[in-house]
Order: sequence, then C-alpha cells, then structure tokens
Amino acid sequence: MPRVNLPDVALEVRKNIIKMLAFAGSGHTAGAMGSADLFTYLYFGGEVKVRRDDPTWEDRDRVVLSCGHYAPVLYSCLGMAGFFPLEELSTLRKLGSRLQGHVVRHIEYNGGRKLAHDQLPGVENTGGPLGQGVSIAVGMAIAARMKKQKHRVICVGSDGEMDEGQTWEAYMSAAKYKLGNLIFIIDRNEIQISGNVSDVMPIESVGKKLEAFGLRVKEIDGHNFEEIGSIFPWARMYPDQPKAVIMNTTPGKGVSFMEKNYLWHGIPPNKDQAIEALTELTGGRTK
Amino acid sequence: MKYLVDDLETVEMKAVRDGFGEGLLDLGKRNEKVVALCADLRESVRVEGFSKAYPDRYIEVGVAEQNMIGIAAGLALEGFIPFAASYAVFSPGRSWDQIRVSVAYTHSNVKIVGGHAGISVGPDGATHQAMEDIAMMRVLPNMIVVVPCDAEQTKKATLALADYKGPAYLRLTRSKTAMFTNRSTPFEIGKAQILRTGKQLTIVGCGPVLYSALMAAEELKEEIDIEVINMHTIKPLDADALIRSAKKTGKVLTIEEHQVNGGLGGAVAEVLAEQAPTKMLRLGMNDAFGESGDSDELMTKYGLDKDGVVRATRKLV
Repeated sequence: MPRVNLPDVALEVRKNIIKMLAFAGSGHTAGAMGSADLFTYLYFGGEVKVRRDDPTWEDRDRVVLSCGHYAPVLYSCLGMAGFFPLEELSTLRKLGSRLQGHVVRHIEYNGGRKLAHDQLPGVENTGGPLGQGVSIAVGMAIAARMKKQKHRVICVGSDGEMDEGQTWEAYMSAAKYKLGNLIFIIDRNEIQISGNVSDVMPIESVGKKLEAFGLRVKEIDGHNFEEIGSIFPWARMYPDQPKAVIMNTTPGKGVSFMEKNYLWHGIPPNKDQAIEALTELTGGRTK
Repeated sequence: MKYLVDDLETVEMKAVRDGFGEGLLDLGKRNEKVVALCADLRESVRVEGFSKAYPDRYIEVGVAEQNMIGIAAGLALEGFIPFAASYAVFSPGRSWDQIRVSVAYTHSNVKIVGGHAGISVGPDGATHQAMEDIAMMRVLPNMIVVVPCDAEQTKKATLALADYKGPAYLRLTRSKTAMFTNRSTPFEIGKAQILRTGKQLTIVGCGPVLYSALMAAEELKEEIDIEVINMHTIKPLDADALIRSAKKTGKVLTIEEHQVNGGLGGAVAEVLAEQAPTKMLRLGMNDAFGESGDSDELMTKYGLDKDGVVRATRKLV
C-alpha cells in the first residue's frame, strides 16, 4: 500500500467514525476514536500486509479485534482501504448491513451461509464478549507456526478487557508456546463502560504483570506514529517470545468534549454533537 | 436388529471415552488437519494417545477451558480441524460463551468434546456430573449434538465429525458400559437407529443408558411390544424416524443421563407436540443434582437401570 500522510488519513478515519456512529444512533465512540491512529498506521502505514482484492489471502497479517466494540474504527479503515464501498459505512448497525454492531467473522462451508447478514471482507474474528479475540489470536499464531507461515498475528485489545480472566489464560499460553509471531496491542485508555479503569478494577501494574506472564513488553504513545511504527522492528528482535504493547491513548481523541470521559465509552454523538465534533476535527474549534 | 451384537447378555464392556481416544488417534494418521486440545485432562478424556503420537498437533492449555475454545476457534479459522476436549461440566460448562461466539456464531469448524457426562461419572459427585450439557449445546444455532451409545459408535462418530464441516458437540461418558453395537453397525450423523422394532411403545434414548432400555424391552417382551430408538444425534433430530414410530406405537418414553428439561426428552417433546402429539414420559434427572456413589448404584437410584426403565414403561402404559 502506498505511503500516505498518516495524520490526514487518521483525521478522515475519525470523521468517518463520528459520522457512522451518528447515523447509527448507537455504538461505542471513545475507544474507536482513541485507537484511530493505531489502525491508520496498521492499514495505511505500509507495515501490515493485507490485500483488499484478496481479503483471505493466505499470507496476510491477521489483525484480530478482540475489543469488538471498536468496530467503527476498523470498518472505517477497511472502507477507506477499499475492502468495501465507503458509502456502506452509513449502514453501521442497520438491519441487513454487513457492518454489524460488533465485528463478525463467519465461515461458509458447503452448506452455505448460516447467518442473517453477509460477511464484511477484512474482518478476521467475531468479537464483543471480551477476551475471546485474545485466545483466537493465540490459536491463529499457533496455526501459522504449524503451517510454517511467516505472517504475523496482531491482536488489538483494551485495558478494560483485562478484567476478563480469559485474557490472562491466553497470555500464559502465548508465552508457553513462545509465539514470536504474535503481538498483543493493548489500548490503555483508562476508561471502561461504567467508569475509569482504576476505579472499576485497578489493573496496574499492567507492564509488570504482562512481563511476569512471559511477554516482551513495550509501552508507547498511541498518538505518535513514530512510536506506533517502532512496534514492528522491536517485535522482530524477539522471535521466540510473544509481544505486548501497552498503548497509552486518550479516549475520544480529537474531540475535546469526548476526551478522557468514560461516559463516551458506549454512546454515539447525536446530530448536534456530531456536527460539533466534525467542526473541531477539521480545525474550526467551536469552543 | 441388524444394529446390535448377537447376544445382548454377554457384551464386551468398554468405556465410550476409549472409543473417542481410538477414533482421535486414527484421525491423527488419516488427516493432518486434525489437531487436539485439552485442559489438563488428556489421560482422562483419552487424548493421551494422540498427544504422544502427534505432539506437534497437540495443544495443552492447562486448566483453562475458555482459552481452549478460543485457541481452537483460531486454529479452525486457519483451516485446522480442532478437537477440544475436557469434562463436560467444564466445557461447555465454563466455556459456553466462547462456544457461542467464537464457534457457533463464527461457524468455525471446532469439535467440542465433553467427557465424563451424566450421572454414571460416579464418586466425583454432582460437581462433576454434567446433566445440562445437551441442553446448553442444542440451543445454540449452527451447533450439532452427538451422543453416541457405546465405544464402537463413539469411534465412528469421532471420524464422522472430522468429516462434517461445522461446529459440533460430542458427548462422552466415563465408565465401562456395554458395547451393544458392532463393527458393521453404520453411523450417520442425524440418522436415528431403530435398535429393536415394536408396536406398542417407543423408547427413545441416547448414550450408554440405551442398554437399560434394550434389556427392559427384552424383559417386558411378553407384556408389551417395545420399539427402541437410538437417537444418537440430538441435533439435528431425526424427526421423521421419531414421528413414524410415535404414530405407530402411540406412546413415547425418552431416556437419558441428563436433565429431562432441555435434553433429549425436551427435544423429542418439542417435535411431537408440534407434529404428532403423543403420550410421553421423560426419564432422566428431574430438575435435580446428583451425588457421589458408584456408577451402577447411581443409575439404579435415579431409575436409569433396567428396572427403572421397566417401572417407567409400566407407568406410561
């Protein structure tokens, strides 16, 4: 994929997130906005190997979205990357849409389609109930090794998700199997649906815990493209160990009235808020 | 009686789980896409043989059933055919959400193997006696549910499930039980087997407890002419075979090592109530937990031995 101006792309990703959530009338805003720079880098930074015209290409990097409620940011990037028509973003959460409220992957066998909706190209996993993608990523990484494939598995999860015991089960197994082809990126935005992470369930010290679980840990600023880009050369230095990146982000990044406010975890902007947000994002601050 | 061994009185005793272990080992040789996962119970649920013969295709997750199902789903998404085994009380017992989302909804090709199901688990007590797993699994869209009746059939079911593309649940039991089918007995997912034909009452069962039904039918043969159906696939249920028999006999007794609510009895009642209302009695656990004891003692106490079936049959008649 050609190199592009990442801040410009990230701005478009954020604008799409605001628009699609406002159209939908429900959904999760803060995490999608906060992780927009990461996903922009993944899909437009030239590092992650995926093919829009061959979404299930065998040697692609697998991007697993464990915090499935971040769906709008992934859909935004996939749409902008040409995996499906961009206009489809406005169908998020609507009846019959491929853009389900949470990410869905389903496999069709001879028996045909088993779901009410079609598969959105580019989505690797079903996610929403937290913790599941972390294990799926472990399975995919083991599978890649069994098949002697060279691609990576990149699992994006969130700090609130770490309340789920399954995540820790999965980290342990990743370390046990020395999955050097696996990178967990944990969006450390310090909010979850009902409050700040440190109030709902303190998880510090995340880095020490992950290290103790056998992972190679790196902490980055999730709004700095250079730091996001540094994940990959760093990861290559440890071919026999799974990696965990603690990505510090500002939830709701880019829209001042959403930033660092857990109340924006699980709600969309209404029309007026969306206009205000889009105005601020494009530089004409309203406040 | 083409499905049965010649002499029901002197049958070989063998555990259902052993049939699974043999089937899995066989699959390891036949199909390199088959992988196995277990949650610290590989000897107990007979994954041991596979794990030794194919260590590169065996994943030990430790006591972590939720992670086991997730890893299995990831492997399935990459084209493998994972068999994920534990005790049924733990998986699907503790891993149901992972099964629902990462397996059933995703339609990933994962085979969930629930060992030590039913009250015949024995001395471990009610914590370890899965009596709810059939209900939990058959309610899931895209999931099929197979409960083989003996070790021989379990081996065949294991092979058949590897060929079937899609999520599946295979239920196993612990104790040595009667091998009343033989090598030539066919097995087809979703196709019920009429083990014994009769005209006056139908017993529909699944699992090793069917042996009690066969023995009871024999004992009662002068009194009542009983048909015995092996409904080894609870989902998709062979409604045609069930309805045909129910219309012929007019009375249906279901028997299972499971809660009567939601299990085979529930499934049969649903079909008959809508399509062929029939007088019914469901034999199994009546909304209760089990307890410690020897397998045989428990089967007797909870009415799942031959005498229990005889009593239930008389009650229904």
